[in-house]
Amino acid sequence: MALVMTEKLGTHEFAAVRADFPLLARNVRDGRPLVYLDSAATAQKPEVVIDAEQDFYLHHNAAVHRGAHQLAEEATELFERARESVAALVGADPGEIVWTGNATGAINVLAHAIGHASLGRGGAAAQRFALAPGDEVVVTGAEHHSNLIPWQELCARTGATLRWIPVSDEGRILTNRLEDIVTDRCRVLAFTHASNVTGAVTPVAPFVARAHDVGALTVLDACQSVPNLPVDLHALGVDFAVFSGHKMLGPTGVGALYGRRELLEALPPANYGGLMVEVVTMESATYSMPPQRFEAGTQMVAQAVGMGAAAEYLRELGMDAVAEHERGITGRLLGGIAELDGVRVIGPTTSDQRLAVVSFVVDGVHAHDVGQLLDDAGVAVRVGHHCAQPLHRRFGIAATARASASVYTNEADVDTFLEALGRVRGFFGVSDRTAVAR
Amino acid sequence: MTVSAMEQLYQQLILDHARAPHGHGLVPAPDGDAVGESFAVNPTCGDEVRLRVALRLDDGRPVVDSVCWEGQGCSISRASLSVLTELADGQDAATVGARIESFRTLMHLRGGGLEPELEDELGDAMAFAGVAKYPARIKCALLGWMALRDALTKVGVHPEGTE
Repeated sequence: MALVMTEKLGTHEFAAVRADFPLLARNVRDGRPLVYLDSAATAQKPEVVIDAEQDFYLHHNAAVHRGAHQLAEEATELFERARESVAALVGADPGEIVWTGNATGAINVLAHAIGHASLGRGGAAAQRFALAPGDEVVVTGAEHHSNLIPWQELCARTGATLRWIPVSDEGRILTNRLEDIVTDRCRVLAFTHASNVTGAVTPVAPFVARAHDVGALTVLDACQSVPNLPVDLHALGVDFAVFSGHKMLGPTGVGALYGRRELLEALPPANYGGLMVEVVTMESATYSMPPQRFEAGTQMVAQAVGMGAAAEYLRELGMDAVAEHERGITGRLLGGIAELDGVRVIGPTTSDQRLAVVSFVVDGVHAHDVGQLLDDAGVAVRVGHHCAQPLHRRFGIAATARASASVYTNEADVDTFLEALGRVRGFFGVSDRTAVAR
Repeated sequence: MTVSAMEQLYQQLILDHARAPHGHGLVPAPDGDAVGESFAVNPTCGDEVRLRVALRLDDGRPVVDSVCWEGQGCSISRASLSVLTELADGQDAATVGARIESFRTLMHLRGGGLEPELEDELGDAMAFAGVAKYPARIKCALLGWMALRDALTKVGVHPEGTE
């Protein structure tokens, strides 16, 4: 695909996008064409990403940021160019992007670093991060376990208190509760940009404004937004953000922590070892400037290069065009589900401020059984709690099935899914009379 | 082809048991029985079951008086609990322990055959043979059996083998 960045893609061009993803051509379960609707769990990879990773190993593999030989120079150049590509995709400066193993790793790096500051590490500059009893960390009821448990543990270690902003019946975070829950005691406000269950997109501005008013740091979980929406972290004004490579068409094993430069410079390291130090004696060490300060040990260079290629690929498609394409998919998914008896969406039922991540329950049929029948039709969806047990509990359910789209999803995928979904209740002998009243 | 693959997995017996499961609902154990209780979860889907087994002594041998349970789960896990209840009620504990091990063997067959005497012993539970072809669902079928195994252990009955 050679596309001009600013060019808006129509349906026809997105049909061509599909050919960039070799895996989508395979069949599953007795020769049925694969319909991949599990991109919110992990996205498929375009050939340019697979090639970039392979090319690195075939021609440029070497340790980065050390060694003076030609391979080391090339590897370092590719590694840092990938950082520039990822930074450009999300509206950040390259020095504000820290490589991590994944988004979960990124949140843990941040939480550990704050924990170290709370123990007095990092000197006076790091005291702005320190947590103590009486302080509060605020999350939301819509968080993935990854943006919840690291904060639970940080609070347990520091004596701070965890609070959360509840979610509406439509699955939207109750922005009108910001004022009473985010108070002067709040030091960290961590929230998702888009829910991996409800698909609801969070309006970031009121969160940033409230955090600013009370002097709290903001942490944005951008795992679902970066692959599907235009994201400009500088414009959003958040202090930190995390996202993963594998959900944005890149490899597994790589993710990113974004931090405003001034904050990364004041934050103590989370992990210690090689590559993140300046002067080491037997007694102590001084640490590199960011981002290297947070990149201890040999890095996932090939994966970072692959993530850079994925960022370039998305930039070529244009994130506005991607978002518009997926808005069409969202509408088709929601419209089709609305016509089916006994299927209820957990999340907003219109395409407004919403991703093509649609979780649902089928009355009288467990999500696992729904997923099994869809799988038999070649349709891959996620079933379970999607690493968001508290959110499911809030809706009084243990599990949902979830269909989620990406740049390569087309209308035929949605139609095959809807057709198979329409047969589920019949197969399990659930009629409207026996359906659980809700 | 589609229908047959799914009908092989979801046999009528499984669907019937899932719709009206035996042993559903926790009831008090008969007076004098030893009671073992277990809580099991399937962390991948959040399904859970609380199972209670009541044992009495019959000529000095422990016998399962009753099995009851409550929880939420898919049709495979509910049907499996229902069949397990039927296969355990009134049986001596050693037989139940052996059936648990046989069912585990069945779940890990991956297409191979089971010895005829084990098939006879498992009875209706043989309907779950098709589950072994779907590795992601084996946990669903095993959830109740593992809870029963744990509950028996708590009243001093140790089925052979360890996980």
